[in-house]
Amino acid sequence: MSEKTKYTFKDFKSDQEVRWCPGCGDIAIMSSIQKAMANMDIKKEDYAVISGIGCSSRFPYYMNTYGFHTIHGRAGAIASGVKTANPKLSVWQITGDGDALAIGGNHFIHEIRRNIDINVVLFNNQIYGLTKGQYSPTSEYGIKTKTSPYGSVEKPFNPGELVIGSSGTFFARGIDNNVRENQELFMEVEKHKGTSIVEILQNCVIYNDGVYSYVTNRKEKADRQLHLKHGEPMIFGKEKDKGLILEKGKLKVVKIGEEGIKKEDILIHDAKEQSPILHYQLSSLQYPEFPVILGVIRSIDAPTYEVAVHNQIAEIQELSNINTMDQLLNSGATWEVE
Amino acid sequence: MSKKKAIIEKDHVVIKFSGDSGDGMQLTGTQFSETSALMGNTVSTFPDFPAEIRAPKGTVGGVSGFQLHIGQEEVNTPGDFADILVAMNPAALKANLRWIKNGGTIIVDKNSFTEKNLIKATWDKNPLTSGVLINYNLIQAPITSLTQVACEGLELNKKTVVRSKNMFALGMVYWLFHREMDFTENFIESKFKKKPLIVEANKRVLSAGYNYALNLQLTQSYRVNRAIIKKGTYRNINGNIATAWGLLAAAEKAGLQLFLGSYPITPATEILQEISVRKDLGAISFQAEDEIAGICTSIGAAFAGKFATTSTSGPGLALKSEAIGLAVITELPLVVVNVQRGGPSTGLPTKTEQSDLLQALYGRNGESPVVVVAASTPSNCFRYAYVAGKIALENMTPVILLTDGFLANGSRPWRIPKMSELPEITHHIVPDGTTDYEAYRRTGDTMIRKWAIPGTKGLEHRIGGLEKMAITGTVSYVPENHQVMSDERKQKIEDIKKQIPDQPINGKTEGDLLVVGWGGTFGHLVTAVNELREEGVELSFTHFNYIFPLPANTEEVFSNFKKILVCELNDGQFVKYIRSYFPQFNYVQYNKIQGLPFTVIELKENIKKNLEG
Repeated sequence: MSEKTKYTFKDFKSDQEVRWCPGCGDIAIMSSIQKAMANMDIKKEDYAVISGIGCSSRFPYYMNTYGFHTIHGRAGAIASGVKTANPKLSVWQITGDGDALAIGGNHFIHEIRRNIDINVVLFNNQIYGLTKGQYSPTSEYGIKTKTSPYGSVEKPFNPGELVIGSSGTFFARGIDNNVRENQELFMEVEKHKGTSIVEILQNCVIYNDGVYSYVTNRKEKADRQLHLKHGEPMIFGKEKDKGLILEKGKLKVVKIGEEGIKKEDILIHDAKEQSPILHYQLSSLQYPEFPVILGVIRSIDAPTYEVAVHNQIAEIQELSNINTMDQLLNSGATWEVE
Repeated sequence: MSKKKAIIEKDHVVIKFSGDSGDGMQLTGTQFSETSALMGNTVSTFPDFPAEIRAPKGTVGGVSGFQLHIGQEEVNTPGDFADILVAMNPAALKANLRWIKNGGTIIVDKNSFTEKNLIKATWDKNPLTSGVLINYNLIQAPITSLTQVACEGLELNKKTVVRSKNMFALGMVYWLFHREMDFTENFIESKFKKKPLIVEANKRVLSAGYNYALNLQLTQSYRVNRAIIKKGTYRNINGNIATAWGLLAAAEKAGLQLFLGSYPITPATEILQEISVRKDLGAISFQAEDEIAGICTSIGAAFAGKFATTSTSGPGLALKSEAIGLAVITELPLVVVNVQRGGPSTGLPTKTEQSDLLQALYGRNGESPVVVVAASTPSNCFRYAYVAGKIALENMTPVILLTDGFLANGSRPWRIPKMSELPEITHHIVPDGTTDYEAYRRTGDTMIRKWAIPGTKGLEHRIGGLEKMAITGTVSYVPENHQVMSDERKQKIEDIKKQIPDQPINGKTEGDLLVVGWGGTFGHLVTAVNELREEGVELSFTHFNYIFPLPANTEEVFSNFKKILVCELNDGQFVKYIRSYFPQFNYVQYNKIQGLPFTVIELKENIKKNLEG
């Protein structure tokens, strides 16, 4: 950026009243995105925030950036159009578990496959909030909701598995209230060129309150959250004495100092490893057998769609002898009538 | 050599090439029509092929045909019935016998009339000997075996050699019409540039066919003289290419980059293919994961300041409905091309119909007015694609352009326009440096909002599918505001009436009968009307390209006729639509839902009946 503009997070707040429920996780997520954006060295007018439908999708209205609140499930497709049309923009897609993984599932996997440079923030509250409490594609098996009064008989998606299974180049996970950590996460998301998916475990205070309390409660969280850092060992726990190792191809929780395990035995996180196998395993880990994995799980370099599109156009324009409409109209077999 | 037979002069002739879908009939037909156009004839073509890529060989279901009509005066249709049929196998003869003029010429590949092929084509008896062809001029040419003879000495296997038999048939027909073969020879050379043996085989077979017909003086030959047409540079163009080029031309004129988000669907795919080629003109094509993503990527591109378009056919338009509503409420410019085909559902993918009109007009939730225009000839798909772009960009609205399978695949010689002759296209992008932008502030006394593009400093704003407050564009649930915004959206489209030309009348402005058509049926209707006039019948004709809004003088045009006959390839959608505006007139209708264009004959009969009744 040539002319550097200093922003504060307030510059990113629109004049609209925020209408999420008091205590909703969305508020904290927005706050960390606004703070991150203020520090990204990107001009405010170069942000485009695109959403679908759902509670989280009201997000663009509260942002003082270019914004587009679209239709259910289609944010990924519309964001793809925006980014392909103008690769200079920093495009943020705000979506939820229903918007991205149910009605918009097709667009979600295909934007990942194309690796378009879009920053996707997936608010996962495991419930449909705006329609007042039906199970979603990430709701746990057996959950009782208005449309599953006797318990859901559907197996949930794990977004990380879906992203990596769709040949995703970036996947990260955060928790709504970890504002400072999320700020760093969003900086990473912006830095990564390609489709960056960050799943935020988000509490819905009305319809699914406490769904993540097993991992967020103050007393236990150190033992139940593992914050990954590229190049550092996968250690967690109040005493920083627990870690992950690979045994017969499977991840396993071990305690340093027990059974001869030393700190050096703990796996070092390599987010840039091309092979998705360990990243997939990490994103799949579930409490109570394992801690919940947070931070950047996968971040690899790969060509992005929008750059390839524009490079190809430039290349063909260079090679072709047709550069104007008049030339095209008169190309090929034509004849004169006198 | 037998005695030279007479040359017959004809004003116009209809020829149909027909064979198995792998026999190369589309290519053969295209070569003949391009050569004829280069030699100065007017041409109208109609390819007719099965939806299956390789339907069972030798069956009637697998027959692929290419009909073309050449003339020394304007030809507006590919013709109802063929003067000459080339049938490469018994199935092709079976499928087309009912479409040949009594006394017409039938050229068959005698070698293909084997017992096995006759059974596959469901002939009980061999038609070449049973007498069913007694009223035709039958030419039995051993096309397959002479193709092999022509290729003797070439190191090619039998299968490859036999594949060039379509060139033998083409050579015969070239002789029949005194055509020159250099255009096709050049075509063969460039198509098989890397395979010199194939070039040699095809050229040998082409000449062999020509010489066979010449030496045997099989039948009388024909001369169709050059047509007298307007001075200029011409080319052949089909409706899909013309549509793609019209969109490209609109983008260039407006000074915007073209974006096409689309998903392959018959018969619209060629538009996506052509725009994908046109990276040399800077066009962005996005082959989306589905129809919905096709339009949604395009809406995203419109938000980002591109001339955004999407192309589809009936079922795809249904999938795009919700997104069109988003373009309506966000008031973004967008062109949606719908190449109509037979419906409902998958229907008849490769056949033509006009049955998406009501879907285009009304197929959305909410009060959701969208401009609808329709092309009426293969080549004027260019003009109406251009017009659709102009209306969309100048009025900040989605526009649906209706073409159909008949226009899309049919081709006509086209006088090439110069870009400088085309009308200007302006757009409403807010210039850099503007500071007082409000998303829904209307411009002057129009209902048009301004277009602020992401990346422009100080114009940050939000749009979306929720109803917005007039002027400011913030979310609003105020009841009276919804009325205001609904009225404004409606008014904006109605104002477009002032930008479109008056509805023209072909013939007198008053009388007993007005024939009305819209879209792709123009060629057949105008031919029927002209032929009836020559027979002394008095009638008038008007054909609609601007569907919504209708031209301002529509009511006046209708008011001077006792009877209005509306002809459509559907169950009466346009008549239903105009009746809703002008219930006071006396409408009658002629409809056909067979996946086929009208025939001139049936139109004439029906018009006459209505004049008597």
